[in-house]
Amino acid sequence: MMASLSRLRLASPEGVGLLLLAAYAAYGLFWLGSIDERDRLFFYEVTLSGLLAGVMYSLVALGFVLIFKSSGIFNFSQGVMALFAGLFLTGFMNDFGVPAFLAIPLTVAVMVAVAFAVERFVLRHLVNQEPIILFMATIGLAFVLEGVGDILWGSDVKPLDVGLPRGASDFLLDGYGLYVEKLEIAAAAVAAVLVVALSLFSQYTRIGRALRAVADDHQAALSVGISLRTIWVIVWSIAGAVALVAGIMWGSKSGVQFSLALIALKALPVLILGGFTSIPGAILGGLIIGVGEKWAEIYLGEVMNALFGLNASWFTAIENWFAYVLALAFLLVRPQGLFGEKIIERV
Amino acid sequence: MIYRETGDFKTSYADDQQIFPIAQDRFAFLALMAVAFLVVPFLIDDYWEKSILLPFLVYALAAIGLNILTGYCGQVSLGTGGFMAVGAYSAYKLMTAFPSLDMSLVVITSGLITAMVGMLFGLPSLRIKGFYLAVATLAAQFFLVWLFNKIPWFYNYSATGQITAPERFAFGVPVTGPATDPWATYLFCLAFVVLFGLIAKNLLRGRIGRSWMAIRDMDIAAEIIGVDPLKAKLSAFGVSSFYIGMAGALYFAVLFGAVEVGEAFGINASFEVMFMIIIGGLGSMMGSFLGAGFVVLLPILLKTVLVDGFDLGTAFAKYIEITAFGALIITFLIAEPHGLARLWAIVKERLRIWPFPH
Repeated sequence: MMASLSRLRLASPEGVGLLLLAAYAAYGLFWLGSIDERDRLFFYEVTLSGLLAGVMYSLVALGFVLIFKSSGIFNFSQGVMALFAGLFLTGFMNDFGVPAFLAIPLTVAVMVAVAFAVERFVLRHLVNQEPIILFMATIGLAFVLEGVGDILWGSDVKPLDVGLPRGASDFLLDGYGLYVEKLEIAAAAVAAVLVVALSLFSQYTRIGRALRAVADDHQAALSVGISLRTIWVIVWSIAGAVALVAGIMWGSKSGVQFSLALIALKALPVLILGGFTSIPGAILGGLIIGVGEKWAEIYLGEVMNALFGLNASWFTAIENWFAYVLALAFLLVRPQGLFGEKIIERV
Repeated sequence: MIYRETGDFKTSYADDQQIFPIAQDRFAFLALMAVAFLVVPFLIDDYWEKSILLPFLVYALAAIGLNILTGYCGQVSLGTGGFMAVGAYSAYKLMTAFPSLDMSLVVITSGLITAMVGMLFGLPSLRIKGFYLAVATLAAQFFLVWLFNKIPWFYNYSATGQITAPERFAFGVPVTGPATDPWATYLFCLAFVVLFGLIAKNLLRGRIGRSWMAIRDMDIAAEIIGVDPLKAKLSAFGVSSFYIGMAGALYFAVLFGAVEVGEAFGINASFEVMFMIIIGGLGSMMGSFLGAGFVVLLPILLKTVLVDGFDLGTAFAKYIEITAFGALIITFLIAEPHGLARLWAIVKERLRIWPFPH
């Protein structure tokens, strides 16, 4: 970190970006000192809920990163996979009365089956195709998963309750006067466990190392006897399991419905901010996007009104695009994302 | 035996450089144009106009636009829906602000406005590439749709937030509004597609098209041999958005007459046009048309078969349609990743040597 800081030139785009960021942070601190106690508390609440919302985005982004790292496929169907997993889970629980502790493994089994099917019927035939073709294939896959999910379980909103805590956290509400959903805290805890588990898995297990080898270099991995097909099935299974976790979290929050598939679109700016290949990037990117979005939602209207005299009510419902613009601004400074590998171009 | 270049002697440079080097292709093209301009207008009815021919023509124009950007210049864009919305809203503002303006000028001006917006959103392409750029163009998509939804000036403060096309004329004939003849709207769109299709084809064969292809094939190498990436990329964004903007204007004003921006120009519109050029063939004019035809006709076909043929409920048929559409896309990509245009080329190749195997 220090070494890379010392190499940083202030005249480079990154230097300028860093300076702007520092100025912004200084102004933010100054502003925070100037407002009264109640507004400050509100600001903390907004920030905290932004961070926790960001964790939810990270959960979806994680699935993307896993697949992109190991196969170079930009898996557009990750969001639909979360919906698909959520549909099966609610289907098992509500229609067949399977208890949650059984329904979850059953759904994982379904996702593994999906992974097998995807490898067998799609990926195997598309080896060595251009990335955009594979990307399009995953969009096709998203349609298929959505259609099959609807055919099997119907398209109405289904409540999901796997026994996660609900309501406001009493501890934070009484102790600090902050209103925070317990569910979001649970999501943060699950995400933390997931990241630690995935890191340990890829660091210390045989399969995890094979995954990293494939991510590093397909051909070299093949030549030391790692089977690409097996790896792909494993990666898609893991991504399926991560999708299930995301499906559970989002489903518990707002019910399992089609809009779940659209959270994938929210995960994309997270991805480009964090870099397509970095798990910590996905988490940190999610946090930045989550907080940025919440801040913008609350404060951007006021700021625009004060600065340019624009109508503050225009700046409602900006959550659709704000994350993208934030990520775009970030990319202009650092084209490979936060933790992406440095892009070296050769002829 | 019949279809080949033998015996068709080129005696001038102009002959040598024509778009269709084979005589039969030229005749086929002229025959097609003759049928399209002289026969179809007399046969066309409302159903064919609104469900098949107009959507095909409008989407073909959009597909040409996206193909210029993605297929020829290699810049993946998912902002097509947003740019179509710019075209549609420009057309709406022009139609209401200048009622006497001829519709053909309205459509072209809308295209020009969209070209400006497209170049603006193309600026990030100078710094970011590949999927990062694709996601960045989504910023344009969502921002533009939000903008047209939120700022009342764009929809003239109407209560519904919808925009509705008033009656306007092209060369004295009404082409928008409630009382239009199928032949008039059809010929209006067809003229745009043919004219600008030819212009696009010639742009692509010329210097500027070659600079786009150089950028697509390898941007650094192109830069080294003297192609200016700034000019090439921004001109690709501009020209592409021009076509997409015209398609958006036609889509709104002529095809539907009234649109709601989130519904008509949402992210799905972007994907639809993307499917067209992938299924049709990246980097191929023919592919733009074939892909547009395929994507327009497939849902109609599936619906006819499922709802009328098997008598399924519409909701259930919709699910099956989604599934089948996805499965077909995957099958298609596996069977021929280079699209329908490649199949077409293979057929032509076979035909040239027919009846001999080699």
